[in-house]
Amino acid sequence: MNRWNREQMARRVARDIPDGAIVNLGIGLPTLVANHIPTDREVILHSENGVLGMGPAPPAGEEDYDLINAGKQPVTLLPGGCFFHHADSFAMMRGGHLDICVLGAFQVSAAGDLANWHTGAADAIPAVGGAMDLAIGAKRTFVMMEHTTKAGKSKIVAACTCPITGIGCVSRIYTDLAVIDVTPAGLRLIEMVAGLSFDDLQRVTGAPLTI
Amino acid sequence: MINKIAGSPAAALADVHDGATVMIGGFGTAGLPNELIDALIAHGCRDLTIVNNNAGNGDAGLAALLAARRVRKIICSFPRQADSHHFDRLYRAGQIELELVPQGNLAERIRAAGAGIGGFFTPTGYGTDLAKGKETRVIDGRGYVLEAPIHADFALIKAERGDRWGNLTYRMTARNFGPIMAMAARVAVASVHEVVELGELDPEAVVTPGLFVQRVVRIERAITPAAGLRRAA
Repeated sequence: MNRWNREQMARRVARDIPDGAIVNLGIGLPTLVANHIPTDREVILHSENGVLGMGPAPPAGEEDYDLINAGKQPVTLLPGGCFFHHADSFAMMRGGHLDICVLGAFQVSAAGDLANWHTGAADAIPAVGGAMDLAIGAKRTFVMMEHTTKAGKSKIVAACTCPITGIGCVSRIYTDLAVIDVTPAGLRLIEMVAGLSFDDLQRVTGAPLTI
Repeated sequence: MINKIAGSPAAALADVHDGATVMIGGFGTAGLPNELIDALIAHGCRDLTIVNNNAGNGDAGLAALLAARRVRKIICSFPRQADSHHFDRLYRAGQIELELVPQGNLAERIRAAGAGIGGFFTPTGYGTDLAKGKETRVIDGRGYVLEAPIHADFALIKAERGDRWGNLTYRMTARNFGPIMAMAARVAVASVHEVVELGELDPEAVVTPGLFVQRVVRIERAITPAAGLRRAA
C-alpha cells in the first residue's frame, strides 16, 4: 500500500495553515510541520512554555537552554516574538486565542474524541502535560498520526478504547493514507494517497467514511 | 527599610518545615532553581509536597531531591520523561504519591491561589479520567470541571534580576511558572543572577512586583547548558 511519508504528511498539514494563523505544534510528528509552512505565509508559532513567535532551532553551538520549546529542545525567537508566564500561556489556549493546534494521537473516534495522553496500560506512568488544554482550547484541532498501529489496527475508531484527552475536539485528521474531516454527520474523506481506492481505505479504517 | 536580600540559599530556606508544600519553578530545566533545591536538600526537611511541572530530569536539582527521599507527594503535569528515572523508580515502588494535573489547570490552580480565588470551572479535562470524582457543570452548553486552588508554604523560583523590594525580571522561557508560584506561596524565594539598586529595573518591564516576593538570593551565573547560558552574557 502506497503511503505518505512523514515529510509529505507535514507538508500536507502545512498547506492548510493560512497566512496570519497562530498555531501550536505538538511534540513529535507535528513539530515537522514548521519546516513546511510556505514562505509567503506569516504564521506565529505558540509554545506552551511561554513563547509566541517561536523560530527554528539555532545553529549548532548557538543553543541557549533558557530558550526551549515544549519538547525541551533549544529554539530561537523571531523579531516580534515575546515571552509570558504559564497562566497566560494556557489562557491563550483555553481562551480560544489559538487558531490551530496540531497534535499526535493514539486514537481518534468518529465523533472527534481524542486519545493521546495515556495508552491505558496498567504499568504505564501517566503524563498529560498540556495535551488536554490544547485539545479543547484551539479554534481547530488537527490530528496527525499513522493511519494504523504497527500491528495494523486502525487508529481511527468508532469509540476510543484508550483514555480520552478531550471530547469531540478534533476537526481534521491527517494520516499517512488520507485527510479526513470530522463532521456532525461523521467522518468525511477529503483526499487520499494516490493509488488507493475508497474501499481499500475503508477496510483499514475503524469507522464509516463518507465522501 | 525593606531589604529582602538573603545572604545565601541556606539562609533563605532556614525555616522550611517538615511536611511543607513547596512549589518549584521550571519547565524541564529552564527556570529550575537548582541552587535553591540543593539548599533544600542540605536543609534536611522531609515529607514535602512538591509542585512542579515535571518530576525531575537526570540526577541533579529536583531529581536529586526525589532521590534523597524527601518528597511524599508530587503535583505535576508531566512526570514521565526520558530522564525521569528517579521518579519512575519511586513511583513504581509506591514510595511517592502522584497528583497528575493537566498543565493549564496546574497553572490556573496556582494562579487562583495567589489571586484569592476559591475554585474555578475549567473545560480542560472534562469527561476524562483526570476529572473523575470532581464536581462538573454545564455552562452555556459546554462541560466544565471544578478545580481548587493550590496554595504553598514556599515557592522556589529562578529569576534573572531583582532588587531589595523583591521586584523581578526573568530570562526568556525560564520565566514559565515563576510569576504565578511567587503569588501562590506564603514565602516566595527567588534566585537572581543580578541584584540591582531600587529604580534600576525598568518599572514598565518588572514582571513580578516585589510584594509577591519575600526573599531574594543572588546566585553566580553558571555557564552550563542546564543553567541557561552557553557563554557569559
